[in-house]
Amino acid sequence: MYAIATDELSKDYHVGFWRKRPYRALDRLSIQVEAGEVYGFLGPNGAGKTTTLKLLMQLVYPSSGRAEILGRPLGDLDAKRRLGYLPENPYFYDYLTAEELLRYFAELFGIRGADARARASRLLDQVGIGAERRLQLRKFSKGMLQRVGIAQALVNEPELVVLDEPMSGLDPLGRRDVRTLILALRDRGCTVFFSSHVLSDAEALCNRVAIVAKGRLVTTGRLTDMLALRARGWELVIAGANDALVATLGSRVRRVTRISEGRYTLELPLDPPPEALLADLTAGGAHLAALNPIRETLEDLFVDAVTSPDVLNARRGLEDPAGAR
Amino acid sequence: MRVTAAIAVNVFRESVRDKVLYNLVLFALLLTAASYLIGQLTAGQDVKIIKDLGLSATSFFGLFIAIFIGIGLVSKEVERRSIYSLLAKPIRREQLILGKYGGLTLTLAVNVSVMAAAIYVVLAYMAWATPPNLRATWDAPALDPRLLEAVLLVFVELMLVTAVALFFSTFSSPLLSAAFTLAFYVVGHFSADLRNFQQVVDSPAAARVARGLYWVLPNLAQFDIKADVVHGVHVPAGYVAIAIGYATVYIAMLLAIAMLVFSRRDFK
Repeated sequence: MYAIATDELSKDYHVGFWRKRPYRALDRLSIQVEAGEVYGFLGPNGAGKTTTLKLLMQLVYPSSGRAEILGRPLGDLDAKRRLGYLPENPYFYDYLTAEELLRYFAELFGIRGADARARASRLLDQVGIGAERRLQLRKFSKGMLQRVGIAQALVNEPELVVLDEPMSGLDPLGRRDVRTLILALRDRGCTVFFSSHVLSDAEALCNRVAIVAKGRLVTTGRLTDMLALRARGWELVIAGANDALVATLGSRVRRVTRISEGRYTLELPLDPPPEALLADLTAGGAHLAALNPIRETLEDLFVDAVTSPDVLNARRGLEDPAGAR
Repeated sequence: MRVTAAIAVNVFRESVRDKVLYNLVLFALLLTAASYLIGQLTAGQDVKIIKDLGLSATSFFGLFIAIFIGIGLVSKEVERRSIYSLLAKPIRREQLILGKYGGLTLTLAVNVSVMAAAIYVVLAYMAWATPPNLRATWDAPALDPRLLEAVLLVFVELMLVTAVALFFSTFSSPLLSAAFTLAFYVVGHFSADLRNFQQVVDSPAAARVARGLYWVLPNLAQFDIKADVVHGVHVPAGYVAIAIGYATVYIAMLLAIAMLVFSRRDFK
C-alpha cells in the first residue's frame, strides 16, 4: 500500500468572467509515495504543487483521474484521522491562543482533556514556541504562524504528513528546526510528503522527489540515482605542475584554477575519460593529488527539467485540455 | 455531534473574544438612559415604552450580530484560508456548516437572554418606583411573563436570519451576503404585501412574480408580536408554536441547501 498514489490526476479551473475558458492547473499526474519515505514535490512557482496538495486534501475536487491516501479514497474520514496537513502560508483564528488552537484541533480528532493539553504543550515546545503558547494568534509573526501550522499538522500523531512549503517564512534557525523535525518524523516511521521550491531542503531531506512544471510531472525518482547518473565532468587536482605544462592541455580542459605554487584544479569534460590526460600530465612531471566526478546538483537537474523544450511548449496544450491529449 | 459541538464552541469563543457581546453594554446603557428620560417625560405610559424599546433593541442588536457575524462565518474562513487546516481534519463539510450555525445561535441565545434579563431588571425598578394607583392603570404588569414569548420569537427570527446569512456566505462575498441578507430581512417583513400585490398592480405577470416571491421568501412579520405583548393582548400558544415550526422548516431547508453548495465548492 502506498501512502499516496495518484493516477492521471487532473484539475481544470475555469477562468474569465463571461466566457469561461478552461485552464489546466494539473495535467494527468501519476505518482506513488511509499510509506515511511520523505518525498519532495518540487517545482517552480505556479507548477501545480499547491493544487496537487489541495486535491489530496479535497479542498478542490479533481476534474479527472483518481488518488488514494493511505489506501483509502480521497476525503475518507479514516484516512483523514491518520494524516496531518500544513497549508501554504497558514492562517488561523485571530482570537485563539496557540494552545487553544491545538486543543480545538485535537478535539476534532476526539482527543480531549489532559491528553489534548499535554500534546499541545509538547508540540508547541517542539516547534519552538512553547513560551508563546498563551498569546493570541493575531499577535504572531508569519514565521511563528508557520510553526503553529506545523504543530497543528502533528496533533494526531499522523502516519502521513503533507506539508505545503514547510520552510516558507522561516529564518535559518527555523529552517534547521523543521529539517530536524522532518527527519525525526521519518525516523519514527511517518511518511512526509512536502512541496518546495527550495532545492537545498529537498536535497538534505528527501529519499525521492518529483519535479513538476506547468502542471505536468517532468521527472521523478530516487534522488541519489537521479544525481549519480548525471555526472557532468571530472575535477582533477594536480601538484608539481607549472603554467607551461597546464597551457599545453588547451581545450581538453574546461577550466583551470591555480590553487598555489605548482598545484592546480582542472575541470574536465565527462568525455573523453581522464586517463589519457592524466598520463600526459604525469609525463610532464606533475602528479595526481585528487580525482573526483563532478555531480550535478539538484539545482542543475531542476533547471534542466523545468526549462526543457517539452515543458516550455506545454503551456499551449495546458490551456486547451482537449488539445493536451 | 462531538465535532459539530467543538466547531460551535469555537465560533462562540471567537465571537466573545471579538467583543461581540460588548453590544450588551451598549444595550444596557441605552435602556437605562431611556428609562430615566421617559420617566421624566411621561406618566403611566413609560412602562409600555420601555417594553417596546427593549424588545425592539433586542431585535435590532440581534439582527446586527446575526447578519454581520453570520456573513463571515464561512467566507472569513475561506478568505483567511483557515478553512484549509480545518477541512483536512476528520470532519465533513456539512458538520462545519452545522457547527458554525450552532455557534452563532449560541452567541445569539446568550445575547438575547442577557438583554431580556436587562429589560426585566429595568421594568422591576419601574414597578418598584411607581405608586400602586398608577400601576393599576397599566395594560399589563411590568414583569409580564408574556414578554418572554416576544423574546422567544425575536430569537427564532434571528435564528432564521442567521441561516439566511450563512446560506449566502457559503458561496458569496461578505459584502454581497450582507446586502442579500438585509434585503431578505426587509422583504420578509413586507411579505403580506407581496401576497396581495394584485390589488395594487394591473399586470398579472407582476402579481404572479410577487406571489412566487411570497412563497419563497420567509414571512418574518409573523415573528413580531411585540405590539401585542406590550399592550397586554393575549397571543395564543398555538400561534407561537406554529411560528416556531415554520422557522424550523425554513432553517432546515436553508441549511440543507447551504450544505449542498458548500460540499461541492472548490477552495482555490
